[in-house]
Amino acid sequence: MQTPGFLSFSPRRLKVRFGWPDAALFAILAAAGVAIAAGVNDATEPLAQLRLEPVVLDAWQLPRYALLTTLRLFAALAASFVFTLVAATAAAKSRRAELVIIPALDILQSVPVLGFMTFTVTAFMGLFPGSRVGVECAAIFAIFTSQAWNMAFSLYQSLRQVPADLDEVARGFGLSPLRKLIRLELPFAAPGLVWNAMMSMSGGWFFVVASEAISVGHTQIMLPGIGSWLAIAIEQRNLSAVALAVGAMAVVILLYDQLVFRPVIAWADRFRVEQTASVAPPKSWLFDLFRRARLLPAFTAPLRAVGQMVCLLEPARRPIAQQRQFTSKAQKPAARGMRLWTVMVSLSALAATVYAIDFLHQTLSLGDAWAALRFGLITLLRVIVLIILASFVWVPIGVWVGLRPRWTSRIQPVAQFLAAFPANVLFPIAVVAIVHFHADPDVWLSPLMVLGTQWYILFNVIAGASAIPSDLREAAQMFGVTRWQWWRRLILPGIFPYYVTGALTASGGSWNASIVAEAVSWGSTRLRAQGLGSYIADATTAGDGARVLLGIMVMSVFVIAINRLLFRPLYRLSERRLRLS
Amino acid sequence: MITHTARPVVTLEHVSHSYGGEQGGPPILEDVALAVREGEIVGLLGRSGSGKSTLLRSIAGLVRPSSGELRFVPDAEGAPRSVSMVFQSFALFPWLTVLQNVELGLEAQRVPAEERRTRALAAIDLIGLDGFENAFPKELSGGMRQRVGLARALVVEPSLLLMDEPFSALDVLTAETLRTDLLDLWGEGKLGIASVLIVTHNIEEAVLMCDRILVLSSNPGRIAAEFTVDLPQPRDRLDPEFRELVEQIYARMTQRAVVPVALPGTQPEHGLDRPLPDVSINSLAGLIEEIEAAPFEGRAPLATLADTLQLEIDDLFPIVETLQMLQFVDIDDGDAVLTKRGAAFAQEDVDQRKANFRRTLETHVRLARHIRVVLDERPSHQAPARRFRDELEDHMSPDFAATTLRTVTEWGRYAELFAFDDDGDLFSLDDPA
Repeated sequence: MQTPGFLSFSPRRLKVRFGWPDAALFAILAAAGVAIAAGVNDATEPLAQLRLEPVVLDAWQLPRYALLTTLRLFAALAASFVFTLVAATAAAKSRRAELVIIPALDILQSVPVLGFMTFTVTAFMGLFPGSRVGVECAAIFAIFTSQAWNMAFSLYQSLRQVPADLDEVARGFGLSPLRKLIRLELPFAAPGLVWNAMMSMSGGWFFVVASEAISVGHTQIMLPGIGSWLAIAIEQRNLSAVALAVGAMAVVILLYDQLVFRPVIAWADRFRVEQTASVAPPKSWLFDLFRRARLLPAFTAPLRAVGQMVCLLEPARRPIAQQRQFTSKAQKPAARGMRLWTVMVSLSALAATVYAIDFLHQTLSLGDAWAALRFGLITLLRVIVLIILASFVWVPIGVWVGLRPRWTSRIQPVAQFLAAFPANVLFPIAVVAIVHFHADPDVWLSPLMVLGTQWYILFNVIAGASAIPSDLREAAQMFGVTRWQWWRRLILPGIFPYYVTGALTASGGSWNASIVAEAVSWGSTRLRAQGLGSYIADATTAGDGARVLLGIMVMSVFVIAINRLLFRPLYRLSERRLRLS
Repeated sequence: MITHTARPVVTLEHVSHSYGGEQGGPPILEDVALAVREGEIVGLLGRSGSGKSTLLRSIAGLVRPSSGELRFVPDAEGAPRSVSMVFQSFALFPWLTVLQNVELGLEAQRVPAEERRTRALAAIDLIGLDGFENAFPKELSGGMRQRVGLARALVVEPSLLLMDEPFSALDVLTAETLRTDLLDLWGEGKLGIASVLIVTHNIEEAVLMCDRILVLSSNPGRIAAEFTVDLPQPRDRLDPEFRELVEQIYARMTQRAVVPVALPGTQPEHGLDRPLPDVSINSLAGLIEEIEAAPFEGRAPLATLADTLQLEIDDLFPIVETLQMLQFVDIDDGDAVLTKRGAAFAQEDVDQRKANFRRTLETHVRLARHIRVVLDERPSHQAPARRFRDELEDHMSPDFAATTLRTVTEWGRYAELFAFDDDGDLFSLDDPA
């Protein structure tokens, strides 16, 4: 992708000499290049090599494992970008594609794709027999499935909200679709996309453990990486190895946050459409370094050249004014075609459903469906109770932080870090504690579900509280409202729209997390909480494809139903009544 | 001097447009014919809803009219015409520098990079933006931003420059400077364009800039009148001839707005099939007081009123028309004259005003009376707003119905004719205690 604003350097800057920022920049890029080359080299080894050099809990190997895991995460992120570009652009440009892609994304977003690992591994290994590449692809694909959907949604929504006047400028000048994408649509979508990519990266960590230690039939493949390290450490009940892995993750997250996401966020800030300079623009030392590097234009020249070549390939277009000279009595034949398309799509969806039910019917009975539904209700109860509990904890804290700007800027990065941290690595500790206290796993495994997702509530409440206008707060103070009035009349209505967003994300994430949180092991100790999550997890372990499918279908129905019946109406309420504008 | 024999740049005939496809919503434009000729600045003057922006966008190729003919006439050498547009909102790409923004149109035409830069720099220079080449739009003031918009439109060397209320988002002083600069460049022939078509709702601006002014009527948009401005440039706002023309245009623009005259012995009434404008009680009362007070003493020329109050016609006309509909004011040859009831209203205290307004609503606004009657008839004295919204939507678009209901709600609440509960979306006779 050509990155327009990034290349905005005046010709004058080119003349200046090489400075230390250039040296630093060069070093960083060279290190990144070496790391990628080493990773690719590693990943293309024959599969047999893994048996000779299995994953071992050797601290000296940990940096290599961390590197490989990080590369997998970024490879998945890159794949998500490509998918996002194709799917979201298609959906935004073609109504027919939209009709298929958007509902599909909506479902995929709420479906625990983790359950499908068994199927995808076999497929990818068939593509690259005997090589590690196949297994690597399967792992990357698993991570991809946790990253792509929200990014695609973000781009799709941005593409549909491109400001009308800018769109008219592009059309008026007759910008080709490609140029329009590069000059207008992608830049406009950039801030949202970057934010969602960050969220996706955090989500991806959750799947690392599950995706690196893969069982195919009766053989288990352990790809070198932090995930496999953790799996082994848990199996061997090696607490210090778990701690090491946690430490390594913290370091990796900190590094890519500083080296990748901070600079990208600082850079993407220029794509915000507000015409005023932002109050506190995001800062990044690396981005500042980049900007000071005088050789940067030289580094980005190949990128630009590619962009220009692509633009040269497209057919010449003449500006609109000359093209058109019409006498029109326009009729639209498109409507009937669209209706036909809708019918076709609905029929295919119906056929797929019938096929799936038929497949389930061959192996399962109606009793299984009822069982899955019952487990679903149990998990639903857990999700609801936990979201309420988490709200009671985080809403007051979030409000306290949000109303104090100094604290907000300090806490926000910490909260982001915590959200990026894969909560599932802490599960073993919970197992140890539950076993030690002889606690009931049905109750005490539940909190693990919100361990990773509660942060969304905190983020959003902080954002909401800091958006409450200070004049309203001053007015409340002047009239000497009571504590309860202050909450009921000012704070709760003020943060409500933000809270709904946070709670929606947290609840969706918790459903997904239930698959790993309701069935946890520590060495040979296995704890289970009854629920849909453990139902799917058990079926996956047993290789019972039908039950996996049934469980996933039931879970999707639950998630979609909650979104439609609970969160959509709440959104509408907050739009109508509680918008501060 | 421009004559009607000058070569046309673009001609439109029988152009009609309505949104909403085949069935078609209410027409936006109806049977519009116009020609823009070489060497002239043409003004399209109209209120919001007159379709003037749609007309401009049809010429720009951004909107495809439902029917009609639009023809660009090649110039004397047979070269094809081209257009470009300046936007009210400036429409600058925030992530591109001034230079990159200006280069955008050339880039689309695949002009080589070298030439692109030269031409863009020349346009930036011409329009007075030197030194800002590498600034981002958010670093610029509104006036500078619109200069970028102008440079971007001029750099592609269009035959026809289309301007969509280019100065209305700017403060008065900045707008004046920009207008003058543009007229100077035009007068010196430095713009390199054949003609300009400018959409505005500011009558003075139109008289100040244009050689010809086309007045568009509203709902649907039609060309209602044409004025030729022969005053030499630069024009002086205080020149009596200038004032005379401005007042003529005001008179012409309010003329069509007269409520259909009632038959003797009946009350003229605002029916259910016509939308109410979004006009608040405070604006109504404020304007009545203004007309009643010195220097107008009950009779105010609209042009002077707009000037004194610094109101654009889009703000002033809806208030005046509403006052006229409620019979607080009569319109007489471009003057607003207070009626007896209007003069009384100006003198009354709060409670008397409410009573006066209540009587007015009951006699002149069918919808208000209708709601009251329904509430009186029902034993519960309650009625869902949905019901009235549906009735309105039989006659108008949902947007207009929503505005109409909002307006009648505010008026009814003020007059204490009925109460409204937003949560329940319910009209009632309850007096909130």
